[in-house]
Amino acid sequence: MKVALFVTCLVDQFYPNVAEAMIAVCNQLGVYVDFPEAQTCCGQPAFNSGYVEAARSSALTLLSAFADYDYVISPSGSCTGMIHHYFAKLFDDDIVRRELAQDLACKTYEFSQFIVNVLGVTDLHAAFPYRVTYHPSCHGSRLLGIRDEPLRLLEKVRGIELVELEHQEDCCGFGGTFAVKMADISAAMVSEKVEHVEATGAQVLVGTDMGCLMNIGGRLQRERKPVRVLHLAQLLAEGLLQSSPPKLEVAR
Amino acid sequence: MKTSSESLDLQDRARRALEDDFLRTAVRFTTERLKTRKKTATEHLGRWEDWRERGRQIRAHTVSHLDHYLGQFATNARKAGARVHFAADAADAGRIVLDIAKQQAATLVAKSKSMVTEEIHLNRHLEEHGIEVVETDLGEYIIQLAGEAPSHIIIPAIHKTREQIRELFAVDGAEDLTTDTKALTAYARKRLRATFLQADIGITGCNFAIAESGSVVLFTNEGNGRMVSTLPKTHIVLMGMERIVPRLADLDVMANLLPRSATGQKLTTYMSIVTGPRKPEEQDGPDDLHIVILDNGRSRQLGNPEFQEILHCIRCGACLNVCPVYRNIGGHSYGSVYPGPIGAVLTPLLQDGPEFEELPYASSLCGACHEACPVKIPLHDMLAALRRRQVEKGRGRRSERMAFRGFQMAFSNARRYRGTLRLARMAQSVFGVREGRIDAQFGALRGWTATRAAPALADKSFRERYASLKQDVATGSSASGTVQTSGADGQLTVGQTEVNRDE
Repeated sequence: MKVALFVTCLVDQFYPNVAEAMIAVCNQLGVYVDFPEAQTCCGQPAFNSGYVEAARSSALTLLSAFADYDYVISPSGSCTGMIHHYFAKLFDDDIVRRELAQDLACKTYEFSQFIVNVLGVTDLHAAFPYRVTYHPSCHGSRLLGIRDEPLRLLEKVRGIELVELEHQEDCCGFGGTFAVKMADISAAMVSEKVEHVEATGAQVLVGTDMGCLMNIGGRLQRERKPVRVLHLAQLLAEGLLQSSPPKLEVAR
Repeated sequence: MKTSSESLDLQDRARRALEDDFLRTAVRFTTERLKTRKKTATEHLGRWEDWRERGRQIRAHTVSHLDHYLGQFATNARKAGARVHFAADAADAGRIVLDIAKQQAATLVAKSKSMVTEEIHLNRHLEEHGIEVVETDLGEYIIQLAGEAPSHIIIPAIHKTREQIRELFAVDGAEDLTTDTKALTAYARKRLRATFLQADIGITGCNFAIAESGSVVLFTNEGNGRMVSTLPKTHIVLMGMERIVPRLADLDVMANLLPRSATGQKLTTYMSIVTGPRKPEEQDGPDDLHIVILDNGRSRQLGNPEFQEILHCIRCGACLNVCPVYRNIGGHSYGSVYPGPIGAVLTPLLQDGPEFEELPYASSLCGACHEACPVKIPLHDMLAALRRRQVEKGRGRRSERMAFRGFQMAFSNARRYRGTLRLARMAQSVFGVREGRIDAQFGALRGWTATRAAPALADKSFRERYASLKQDVATGSSASGTVQTSGADGQLTVGQTEVNRDE
């Protein structure tokens, strides 16, 4: 099984330890994770703003970076959704690249989907004795179709107390350039989200997309709310260190 | 297709709305209730996804054969005794209606709720020619008294509180009114009854038109549609050219989809199927029935693979009720007759000019609208496509064009990407990085940092750290020791992941 990490530009530049946590979890399951250097970004910021040419040129770097792998895993439901739903359309007039794009979409998985649906693992024997709430990001759930995979992983964590986030399906107001372009509306949306997070009394907010978590986390930080914000991979990796279970080696 | 608050741009209007606690409370309360009721109504029906798919199929089939079904509808409506008119645009439709009114020497028109008449500003047109127009839907009546436009497709006065309604009715002549729902509706009922009886002409919209029988179908909850279409001597129907369904059997699907999506009702309270004017042996109905079929930019979408599906819309308003942007800013902030996600797509398509170019940006592209749509219109994709169209027309902001030109240069090649971000890391110190975050509020950053902390670029990117990462896996190339995440040793701080500084 040849697995490559699609790190996403946000995690690469702002949150490198999210990627390291993903690798730690994969290693625990016997999966070695490669990092092909040619990758840059899925192009979504440009695509969603209407700059298709710019999106295409950065998308091209992924087509070449991942051509030789069996699986590509990413810490973002949104960036994975971009590959799944828009890459083939981006290269509509180029049959070779379109096929590469379709091939890439077939083998690219968001982190929790890869662990649960591909490796078939839900119990990592991790321990995380805190009150935790989960925010399902819009693109991950609506565009890509992440269902209960993150929750199935979280439910098996020892000592965790999961609390449901009210209005969890509501967008946090990130939306890429939307957060800056329509800053006031975005701010109103993230304030609502932070109120809902606070109402859970959770010590930790967990999610599967650093864009949304950067947004909600930034607001929590500004309001000095004592809530830790973690990517699912970080929570699981931290939980593994707390429990030190034996290696599972489910995949070769 | 413009409404009030002309002089302000979308962001100013939104800012004003965000400061209006009454408005936000009212909109939030009602959309929340509608969402809950929709959920119950769809679960009660069961197999909602199958219903949606069937609805989508009917709309897709009809719209892709619209020429055929429009012809069939017009022929059958004429056979049933209706007069059918085709209007190319708003001015054309206004002229047709005014001509009919003049022929009847009409002075009073009773209207039931219709978005298409809002689209062509029919009331204003008739009033300018000395004809009094009275809205008879309760919500429409309220906003007519307030001199406003509807702020929701289904609930026109969603932004009004009871107290505001009571005040409007008091100015209208109501005495000693309380804010009790019964008292408020009783006043409107009494007031509007006179209008039904005196009106020379009744004007309605059209929820669906059945091609096989030439019938017009009206859904209302207050029964006013039935009064307007039967009591006055003349009934004029205004319909968008895409309102057609092929058969009565297809109406069954729509009659399930529309009320459940709109208000969470299993069925609309009143469903009237009007086929021609009153026949000699019938007691109720108008002497004349006119059907005005409006294009006004719709046929331009036919054959366009990106936008044709906008004609599938059945005007249920479900996309408004789930939209987090709509919930926060209300309908009037959009500045267009059709608000919310559907309005942000439909308006610039029907009227392609610079005045509505901001609308497609009033969305975080969260996709809630697509998920809620009973006929599965990909509104979020259309919003992105409309943004692309702006860029192609060179309408984007200069600073944004520059930024994405830069993006294209830097992100099309991993080496340049690395170099650019290394420079950015050095440059970010001017923003004052503190504990891995940036709070400075100037330049392009301000939109973000005014309300949120921004993360700083990590001292070393993941790609710079990967080479020294050890992976303890038998199949791997470098196998020794376990990878330690810096997040695992308690270095994570509130709101963001602290990077390992001493690496």
